[in-house]
Amino acid sequence: MLKYIIPLALFVTISVFLALGLKLKPNEIPSPFIGKPAPVFSASRLDAPEQKLSPKDFKGQVWLFNVWASWCVSCRAEHPVLNELAQQQKAVIVGLNYKDKTDAALNWLRTLGNPYNVSIMDQDGRIGIDWGVYGVPETFVVDKKGVIRYKHTGPVSANAVEQTLLPLIAQLQAEPE
Amino acid sequence: MKPFLLMLVLILFSGKSAAVDFRQLENPEQQAAYESLTSELRCLVCQNQTIKDSNAELASDLRRQVYEMLQQGKTKEEIVVFMTDRYGDFVLYNPPFKIITGLLWLGPAFFLLIGLATILFIVRRQRSTPANRLSAEQAQKIRKLLETSDSN
Repeated sequence: MLKYIIPLALFVTISVFLALGLKLKPNEIPSPFIGKPAPVFSASRLDAPEQKLSPKDFKGQVWLFNVWASWCVSCRAEHPVLNELAQQQKAVIVGLNYKDKTDAALNWLRTLGNPYNVSIMDQDGRIGIDWGVYGVPETFVVDKKGVIRYKHTGPVSANAVEQTLLPLIAQLQAEPE
Repeated sequence: MKPFLLMLVLILFSGKSAAVDFRQLENPEQQAAYESLTSELRCLVCQNQTIKDSNAELASDLRRQVYEMLQQGKTKEEIVVFMTDRYGDFVLYNPPFKIITGLLWLGPAFFLLIGLATILFIVRRQRSTPANRLSAEQAQKIRKLLETSDSN
């Protein structure tokens, strides 16, 4: 009897582990920032470098912080989804132009459309490090108090907007300042 | 034999391919801290490399960050806290023992225990079954075989 039970038990155990392994997403590292205040920065605007912006400028508003770059291939896939989301005007969308060249970035926005209320520059990637960015694109959702409530790693799909981002934005808009 | 030796030498020296860019700190202690930190922090893009081994842009940015913080006189612990605050425990190759990392730390010991238990079980079972005795006929056959091979 044991002759049959042991291989069967082994088979079941290995299958369970492999099945769980299929569902894991090793690229999605849980962000330690959820529930914490947005890291401070003072960064130049992409379209007007002499003007500096900081997270304080968005206080009282629900804002998305989307990390993008013109060299980033998946950002191109994500871009139409962001354009669509921007048209709905449910939340402020702030872009972090990550390790990019100003010309290339401005050109990208001209040709593909600009979903961002404003984009800021992070040419040497320091703001990226402060926000724990490790792969572009990444999208943070910040509430009215300036607390990070959600992070999406990788390109945002239309599906993710419908099922996660929009309900969350609606919920955060309803919260008091 | 020679090709084998050559291969062995190549394998032995192939592992140390690190240090993509070299940074020199004034103080040897800081230099040691830099070397050890960069080989303890994980490159988050190429997940099975340290930031010392990786050529990824993020790895080089993180090396720069470590270097600058050491120059500012930050301690190793402060830098590790800085990194885990931003990237979580995942950035450490040697994560702290917590509930969430419990399986990671205790898993190997658990599997070792299963292995030991299995061996113990098999050994016990073998002992309890009496060793097979040879019949007189089989013993005779063996003796014959041994004798013929001796005489050769």
